[in-house]
Amino acid sequence: MRRVLTPLGITGFALLALILFLAVFAPSIWGDRATTVDVPSALQGSSSEHWLGTDALGRDLFARVLVATRLSLELAAIATVIRVAVGLLLGTAPMFLGRRLGGVVMAAVTILVAFPALLVVLFLATIFGVGATGAVLAIGLAGAPSFARLCHTLFASVEASDYIAAARTAGVSRPRILFRHVLPNVAEPLVVSATIDMGYTLLAFAGLSFLGLGVQVPSYDWGQLMQDNLSRIYTDPLAAIGPGLAVVIAGLAFNFIGEAVARSFGTRDDVRRPVAPPRRVPASLRRQDQPDLLTVEDLRVDFTTSRGVSRPVRGVSFSVKAGEAVGIVGESGSGKSMTALAVAGLVDEAGVVDAGRLSFDGADLLDGGDHRRLLGTSLAMVFQDPMTSFNPAHRIGAQLAEVGRTHQALGRRVAWARAVDRLQAVRVREPERRARQYPFEFSGGMRQRAMLAMGLMGSPRLVIADEPTTALDVTVQKEVLALLGEIREQEGAALLFISHDVSVVREVCDRVLVMYAGRIVEDLPASELDESSHPYTRALVAAVPHMETDTDRPLAVIPGQMIDPSESPAGCAFAARCPRASVRCGVEEPVLEVLPSGARVACWHPGEARSVLMEKAEVRR
Amino acid sequence: MTLQLAAPAVRPASWLGGRWVRFAVRRTGRLLVSVWVLATAAFLMVHAVPGDPVRAALGANAPASLVEAKRASLGLDRPLLEQYLSFLQGLVTGDLGSSIVTQVEVSETIRTGLPGTLTLAVAAFVLAVAVSIPLGVGIAVLTRRGRARRTEFAFAGTSVVLGTIPDFLLGVLLVYLFAVELQWFPVAGRSGPESYVLPVIALAAGAVAILSRIMRVEMLAVLEADYMRTARAKRLSPLRTYLVHALPNAVTATLTIGGLLLGGLVAGTVLVENVFAWPGLGGTLVRSMLGKDYPLVQGIVLVYGVLVLLVQTLVDVLLALLDPRSTIGDS
Repeated sequence: MRRVLTPLGITGFALLALILFLAVFAPSIWGDRATTVDVPSALQGSSSEHWLGTDALGRDLFARVLVATRLSLELAAIATVIRVAVGLLLGTAPMFLGRRLGGVVMAAVTILVAFPALLVVLFLATIFGVGATGAVLAIGLAGAPSFARLCHTLFASVEASDYIAAARTAGVSRPRILFRHVLPNVAEPLVVSATIDMGYTLLAFAGLSFLGLGVQVPSYDWGQLMQDNLSRIYTDPLAAIGPGLAVVIAGLAFNFIGEAVARSFGTRDDVRRPVAPPRRVPASLRRQDQPDLLTVEDLRVDFTTSRGVSRPVRGVSFSVKAGEAVGIVGESGSGKSMTALAVAGLVDEAGVVDAGRLSFDGADLLDGGDHRRLLGTSLAMVFQDPMTSFNPAHRIGAQLAEVGRTHQALGRRVAWARAVDRLQAVRVREPERRARQYPFEFSGGMRQRAMLAMGLMGSPRLVIADEPTTALDVTVQKEVLALLGEIREQEGAALLFISHDVSVVREVCDRVLVMYAGRIVEDLPASELDESSHPYTRALVAAVPHMETDTDRPLAVIPGQMIDPSESPAGCAFAARCPRASVRCGVEEPVLEVLPSGARVACWHPGEARSVLMEKAEVRR
Repeated sequence: MTLQLAAPAVRPASWLGGRWVRFAVRRTGRLLVSVWVLATAAFLMVHAVPGDPVRAALGANAPASLVEAKRASLGLDRPLLEQYLSFLQGLVTGDLGSSIVTQVEVSETIRTGLPGTLTLAVAAFVLAVAVSIPLGVGIAVLTRRGRARRTEFAFAGTSVVLGTIPDFLLGVLLVYLFAVELQWFPVAGRSGPESYVLPVIALAAGAVAILSRIMRVEMLAVLEADYMRTARAKRLSPLRTYLVHALPNAVTATLTIGGLLLGGLVAGTVLVENVFAWPGLGGTLVRSMLGKDYPLVQGIVLVYGVLVLLVQTLVDVLLALLDPRSTIGDS
């Protein structure tokens, strides 16, 4: 409730209180003034005595507007009651009439909902006749179908829940299920909807009375007062507009409340724009160029949110040589995907990417220049979810050809031909037909191939693949991995392969970077994963079941949870979960040190003399 | 894989054409069924009027012989089914009967009034779409990720207020400001292009308020979609990223929701025409409802209903052009 009481909600409730007050008390306070005929002062304009002027019989228009509140509100309320009652009846029909007959009712409701309410109102008003009664019936019934559909949708969602199924199984009768289990659970949105619709009902009534089809003389509501005085817009504009303002205020009261309630349900986007300017290491501190294809030094990514600064990547340094396959492994939240996105320059605007050095193929990506062509043709990306990574509105071929047209200045036909050729290169069958298809006509594995083909439109020197096989079936996984291998061979491309799956990384990569809480904790050849030095790497490897795993024992897990990216612990981030943790680990952060073998590890107790078996036992606990 | 090999090689063009043909057939079928339901409802409307519609139309003082003669000339003395069939037959041949009050053929009255109503509705439709889409996109880009909170607040506030003011009232306000006070535009009637400005704005403003809000929300959702990251990974120009990759998807979602609203513009003309004394069907409809001239009401309601159905069909075709998925299945 507190969240409803925003300035918007408070305004709404205040306006509603005012209207309710007028509806109750206005007729007794201003009733006489509103009906006193004073012919000599007829058709006066606005004055201090008559704020809105007087009507053709000299009655005070302001008083009439105030008094009309009751009738306007009453009629809208009755129409709303009819709407809700008939809507509920129609909406629950499928529950009582059975699937067949209920389906017919809902089909009729669907047809009716498609027609504008005003048209249905006019249709019904013809049948029920001109006047307040006919208008109430017409407006109430015209609104019933949309309310019925809302009921039906809400009921359907509740009906699917387990407790309804349980009640069914227990033999609870249908009416009892409806009243005891279904209605209480959907009451809130129904009441909110009915409240908001009351505002629209008020407006609809004003419209009908304005047309002369609603309230008839000598009764008067706001619409009737508007119609009565519309012709005076040239001489006494306030007389014509005043009743209309009352309609708008009443409509706004209901709309504001509805809006406030709806907003309190919705979630707000908390991410704010970064405030701190990106911190940059002076050029003089950057090291000389090396023949590495990709060099990353001290990469950091910060996000400023309303809850503080979150640092998913905290100082990551590594390099990838031409043609090399490097894997990044870690649990979700370790910062591996964010590292890949930051390298590719694809972290979205809310994040601040900063690095001591970030160079690709000899170009300094941090120099502020335009590297679109280089990145567009030499850096290929493959994302995790192939189902959502293609634009659903464009043909696959066009999405591929676009790369050639943008970066290689290819003509429409040539680019298309190249797209077809590339699809063939990733062994998509019937590439010409497939190129004309839309993403929804492709399977997941096919889309991942097409994504690779998109990278092949240029001549990629580096493929960044972020969990490219996680969303795929095992057999399709194999095919996509094999294809990645082929591309590396043919194009001589390097690979940065992000995965949480140690066994896949071991299979695909030459070298592995192990990430934990935004840092690299170990960097070692893939072939030496079994002899790793860092306890986290060991735990990751131990967590992978293999042929000799004792299936009678529970699978190894790493106890505890990764620290939150918004916290920055004093010591080693893994200390709380580490079997080897000492006092030092809790206070001093280990630095990534180069071992004699060339591998790197960040641990105060690397590969200490404890048997792997003992460690596994400990990890399992 | 084997399944694919076994499948017959289909020519791409005919396969694609097939989908469009199927879509056209299905959508036309739905339109025809809807028109039939509408026509039946319009037929039943006259019979659902309590009491004798002819007596109601001619008044309590009309002689019984006149009422009887009128009933006979309207065919109301024949069996219901026969009336229904001849009504449907009349629809096909364009014969909608004639007014009880003026004897003028209904189709003639419609022919006179339809152009006025149609131009108003079409202009409002075009204006609503042309303004709300760029407006929604612009506000979405400006207020993305909680930026420019004041702009967002101003936009939300304005659109709620504008969406609440009913079109006829907005019309009155516009007349007062721009016709009476400033005298920029004519107060009423249909004359030159300047006479269209106020009625079209009055009719379209509410739709713009609501549609642009929907458009903003949809655009915000699309900007966060995975395929937008793919588009950025392709290093396209920002303009191309927004216009080619984001816009069609956001417009698709907006039109799906906004289709009803745009159909509502057709009905809205009734009120707006009354404010501006616009020579269309709206004024005739209200007068014939007040005068209980049922054949005329029936004919005009039928025309409005068909217009609404046509708008919805048009929206569906636009959707099919923008989003190929909507051509398959019935959604």
